[in-house]
Amino acid sequence: MPDKLVTRNLSAFFGKVRGIKSIDLNFSANVVTAIIGPSGCGKSTLVRCLNRMHEVVPGAHAEGQVLLDGEDIYAPGVDAVQVRRRIGMVFQKPTPFPTMSIEDNVAAGLKLNGVGLNAAERDEVVERSLRQAALWEEVKDRLRKPGNSLSGGQQQRLCVARALAVKPEVLLMDEPCSALDPISTARIEELLLELKADYTIIIVTHNMQQAARTADYTAFMYTGDLIEFGETRQIFTNPTRRETEDYITGRFG
Amino acid sequence: MTSAAAYQYRKLKSNVMMGVTVAATVVTLVPLFLVLGYLLYKGASSLNLDFFIHLPKPVGQSGGGMGNAILGTMQIVGIACLLGVPIGVGAGLYLAEHRGTALANAVRFAADVMMGVPSIVVGIFAYAVIVRPMGGFSALAGAFALAVIMVPLVTRTTEEMILLVPHELREASLALGIPRWRTSVSVIVRSALAGIATGVILAIARVAGETAPLLFTAFGNRYWSTSLRQPAATLTVQVYTYAISPFHDWQRQAWAGALVLTGLVLALELGVRWVTGGAAKAAR
Repeated sequence: MPDKLVTRNLSAFFGKVRGIKSIDLNFSANVVTAIIGPSGCGKSTLVRCLNRMHEVVPGAHAEGQVLLDGEDIYAPGVDAVQVRRRIGMVFQKPTPFPTMSIEDNVAAGLKLNGVGLNAAERDEVVERSLRQAALWEEVKDRLRKPGNSLSGGQQQRLCVARALAVKPEVLLMDEPCSALDPISTARIEELLLELKADYTIIIVTHNMQQAARTADYTAFMYTGDLIEFGETRQIFTNPTRRETEDYITGRFG
Repeated sequence: MTSAAAYQYRKLKSNVMMGVTVAATVVTLVPLFLVLGYLLYKGASSLNLDFFIHLPKPVGQSGGGMGNAILGTMQIVGIACLLGVPIGVGAGLYLAEHRGTALANAVRFAADVMMGVPSIVVGIFAYAVIVRPMGGFSALAGAFALAVIMVPLVTRTTEEMILLVPHELREASLALGIPRWRTSVSVIVRSALAGIATGVILAIARVAGETAPLLFTAFGNRYWSTSLRQPAATLTVQVYTYAISPFHDWQRQAWAGALVLTGLVLALELGVRWVTGGAAKAAR
């Protein structure tokens, strides 16, 4: 698999505090890569560096390189806004825009980016994105209802559809199931396996079973360092590092 | 103390506190309804169609109305909104989006100080910067004075309402590749719109009831004013003039004017609530 996204010596800072330390990771195209590790180890910070959302936090900045198809997204002159259109993100808590209907939520990324769509194109994008997010059948009769009239699990899939509508190449998911019940979690996990045919997916998770079920590759982080990275099966059955083994066997974290 | 006795004691405390809060609510509401009731009682009898469409009659003649003052208040408050609301909302957005910068802190401090400035001082200010250079009293000067009072109110409520919008919404929008300005306008301000509208109504209600700053800006006018550069009648100044007059007929009309002013503010409030109601419901 070719590498879609590569980090080179990537560090992230909050003021003077270094949140992640010189991370080198290769994310292959069309696979799911999971990032696991105990709370506060820098998992979320790492994925937020991958679409330049880290710098939105006041006082935060990143150093090093993140190569998307070989080009550094932190190079001078690169517009963070353009990067985020190519690398979409789904957050921990579902965040539908409360003033918008279901269909407006899906189309928001295009409409607010000034992409001119006629009604037919718009309907096509809305339907395609909702189908990809496995939500179409549940909402097709109430597209004009407010986005937050849906259940939590549906809202999260709406957020996936909203991210997909912009046609990103990479999809970052920051603990997308931590606020969801087991049934909704299962739906999102199924979704990941379907979406990886078209997207490069990177998922942060607290849940080791989730990583084992969904990810082709797994990275284990601890206190801001990348401890181990490899095929998921190898990480979970035959870890090379002591810390990884301790974590996945539940001895800490 | 046994647990049953402790329960009884806690229940007693609960009932006493409940009684205190209910009493406080009643004490707050009774004067409000007395004022409104008395206003209705005194004012309604003098209300008729003439009151809304006619000019005041000269002293000694009965009848006539406050048509010019009703129109004047609507004009002056309307222009004050056109001046004050965009500036106030814009400044509030800046304060919320750029917290902690030196300019934001200075603007916030200035707004807080301005809210404490007596309105008659604002009137003197408007007299100095508008009335004197323009060479006379005018509706524009009145509107300017009211706008100066509105700006800090709108600024601070806008800031507060925008800060209530969850941080996650901003991040969700930015992560879609939506530029920051677009995120502010189409996601953040839109989500806060119902609250901002409420703040704007409160500011309008506040300035619609102002008399002092209009005394030497819009001044007053016994006739229809045909230009914004002319002195203009307003309900508050007219009510003030009529209420302190020795004529029984004028005093009756002052009550009617006060009732109409209250009605206008109420109608405006209901109107804005109706318009923003959809957004408020969706935001919940």
